[in-house]
Amino acid sequence: MNKYTFKLFLTGKSARSEGAVKTIKQILKDESGLEFKLDIIDVLESPDIAEQNKVLATPTLIKLLPPPVKRLVGDLNDKEKVKQYLDIQ
Amino acid sequence: MKNSIKDIEKLATRIPGFDHISQGGLPSGRTTLISGTAGSAKTVFAAQFLIEGIEENGTGGVFVTFEESPDDIKRNMSSFNWDIDHFEQENKWMFVDASPQPEETQLEVGDYDLSALLARIEYAVNKTRAKRVSLDSIGAIFTQFKDVNIIRRELFRISAALKKMDVTAVLTAERTKEYGDIARFGVEEFVADNVIILRNILDDEKRRRTIEILKYRGTMHQKGEYPFTIIPGEGLTVIPLSAIELEQKSSNVRISSGNQELDKMCGGGFFRDSIILVSGATGTGKTLTATEFMAAGTKKKEPSLLFAFEESREQLFRNAIGWGIDFENLERKGLLKVVCVYPETAGLEDHLINIKSIITEFKPKRVAIDSLSALERVSTIKGFREFVIGLTSFIKHQEIAGMFTSTTPTLMGGTSITEAHISTITDSIILLRYVETYGEMRRGITVLKMRGSFHDKDIREFKIDSKGMHIDKAFRDVSGIISGYTMQSNIRNEIARIDNLFTEDKQQQ
Repeated sequence: MNKYTFKLFLTGKSARSEGAVKTIKQILKDESGLEFKLDIIDVLESPDIAEQNKVLATPTLIKLLPPPVKRLVGDLNDKEKVKQYLDIQ
Repeated sequence: MKNSIKDIEKLATRIPGFDHISQGGLPSGRTTLISGTAGSAKTVFAAQFLIEGIEENGTGGVFVTFEESPDDIKRNMSSFNWDIDHFEQENKWMFVDASPQPEETQLEVGDYDLSALLARIEYAVNKTRAKRVSLDSIGAIFTQFKDVNIIRRELFRISAALKKMDVTAVLTAERTKEYGDIARFGVEEFVADNVIILRNILDDEKRRRTIEILKYRGTMHQKGEYPFTIIPGEGLTVIPLSAIELEQKSSNVRISSGNQELDKMCGGGFFRDSIILVSGATGTGKTLTATEFMAAGTKKKEPSLLFAFEESREQLFRNAIGWGIDFENLERKGLLKVVCVYPETAGLEDHLINIKSIITEFKPKRVAIDSLSALERVSTIKGFREFVIGLTSFIKHQEIAGMFTSTTPTLMGGTSITEAHISTITDSIILLRYVETYGEMRRGITVLKMRGSFHDKDIREFKIDSKGMHIDKAFRDVSGIISGYTMQSNIRNEIARIDNLFTEDKQQQ
């Protein structure tokens, strides 16, 4: 099974940021067998990384691996929708 | 609020002509919406705004692109010789790439904002110490996200944040029609203070670009549409026609027309900084008048410049030799410059820019344009009028003498469009006309107008030979020359008629 690589872009400690972090952590906990790497980036601290990844909105979750690259924008308030979009069964 | 007009400072953009029509530039520290249809040069304006700042005093600029990739923009702007790559290396120019990434898919789940974009803009502004920011073009971001309300709210926030960053910004937006809503998606709502419209209109089968400042809240600007053009190697240039103040000082210094008799008819020659219109049918001697006018300047060792729109160089030089004037020799001495251009090679805006740049470079003391009316056919009437006004005021600002020739539409006279639009702004008008007398064609000359001076009111006969123009006595027994309907009058009958008039008058009393 491929290893999952995620980047999660947030803005400080807003409610939206916390919502997104909670959902992604929940998914990873549910799928305990999943091998993954998750980077959490605060765009206020690292705007250059946001520039490299061409991130406009926060929160944004980018799934880099396995291909294809997919983006999720929003506070990820629907766990099932997120799992389905990322192909995590 | 009384003093608000004074309170808003303007930032000189240095986009040629724009600062003139905007009376100083863009409102400093604010965002101005630049709206236009596809192909109306919005991106050129946005990019040039940054370039002019960098080239003037090294002010950094940030280009936020929502539609095209930075590489595409560099490629599209490459014809202007703006070295964006170099400015990027020097940290004077930075792109914020907000263009769509076609190879990725995106899904929206829940609420979001554009804080990342804002953080990136702020980062770029700090890094380049930017004072100027361009956002191009805003409509494209609405296609990247589904929730229009969120985007609108976020753009409002970005616009407010730009104000806090103390940068002057331009925000471009598309419109669907040249005359209609200001922009799509109602974007003018959040940058409502200042709106500029760029147009690319098909007018009488000819493309015409115009710029209009629609709103400049609390500050002064010129009203109406001004033509502009896009010049390779330079960029956008606005032509500030009627905005040019007509406040030229007039001089009392006289210069020779190149013909002694004509000088006498004008009361001692033309004024040094005047505009002279020479009107006549084809073959009446307009090119000769312009040639002699040029020759007189070179005789005084003054550089003289001739623009020919009707005849080829060879033809002109041959004509001049035929009248005893050696153009080739004068050019070699650097006293004369003859520029031959086909009217059809460019639009009028480009002709105007070209004429101006040659005048600025050659610094002549007198300029002749033969003929101005040849340029009528490449433009609409409105465009031609703007051109003539722009050209006239430019020449007057240089404090040099300008002679325009104009070909009448019919052989026997009549008024051309040129004359209709130029007669009020010229200082002198000279008419050359064919005169039909007793089955013979002769030529007549008259000074119709000579601002600020006495002049001969006669219509005098002239002949052309290998020495040029010779002005002779006045036509005494012909009337209707100027209108083109000449009539010979028998002097004896005329006296009798006048006598009768008197008797009738007496009877009435």
